[in-house]
Amino acid sequence: MKTAVIVFPGSNCDRDIAVALESVTGTAPAMVWHGESALPAGLGLIALPGGFSYGDYLRCGAIAARSPIVRAVVEAAERGTPVLGVCNGFQVLTETGLLPGALMRNEALDFVCRDVALTVENAQTAFTSRYEAGETVRFPVAHHDGNYNADPETLDRLEGEGRVAFRYAEPVNGSARGIAGVLNAAGNVLGMMPHPERRIEAAHGGTDGRRLFEGLLETVGA
Amino acid sequence: MKVRVIVTLKPGVLDPQGKAVHKALGGLGFAGVEDVRTGKLIELEVADDTDDAAIDAMCRKLLANTVIENYRVERA
Repeated sequence: MKTAVIVFPGSNCDRDIAVALESVTGTAPAMVWHGESALPAGLGLIALPGGFSYGDYLRCGAIAARSPIVRAVVEAAERGTPVLGVCNGFQVLTETGLLPGALMRNEALDFVCRDVALTVENAQTAFTSRYEAGETVRFPVAHHDGNYNADPETLDRLEGEGRVAFRYAEPVNGSARGIAGVLNAAGNVLGMMPHPERRIEAAHGGTDGRRLFEGLLETVGA
Repeated sequence: MKVRVIVTLKPGVLDPQGKAVHKALGGLGFAGVEDVRTGKLIELEVADDTDDAAIDAMCRKLLANTVIENYRVERA
């Protein structure tokens, strides 16, 4: 599976996710700079990494969402290419409108940096097929603005359509209904605050994250 | 021409920063502050013939996130 990682000025998890992707797919991803306007052909996954793109100026992810390469990412997503946004990548995806809602300052105003327990809410997605519904997994979080917010109608729709992929199993940041990761309506775009790419090998403290990439590889095909 | 865009959180959207400021004001002994909401002021220097529609588009496309924020425009 060919993959690409989008790199913005201020990204800092781009290499982590590149290592994770190479470990699972056997092929190093293309690292695509924000100023590019085209993506490589035939991608099985586009990853938007964590970090502080453009210094979080204006709003987290706001400037990145208007960068030239993200226009190409939006077009690819609309054609069905799987897109995963982690942490700042999730913030970018909400700012593009590919995912509903917005990520606001954590309720307690603190930067949360620790392992958290998550419940897999929907195990029948391209990203979660290697998990069991209702299973508890542990991923690290490291964010200041992970407090997911959307109007009640949107939240009801997300829940009703099975678009909540992951939910916090403990208080973390004040997110509405404990939402940690959401899908778009077509199911090919996932945004999540926790970091699956930091749980790939036993030396990371666990391999819960590896299954997300393995499931995607299985769904998309080698 | 100077244009000011004032971006505020929509009513009902939790404002943790406003709450923190509120608490700090109380800590300084200022009584009678019932609520605090924070926002942003963005000043633009634009060509004199920039019309309202263009400024509105700037607000909707970038300056405000209309999922959680309202905006208003003041021309100097």
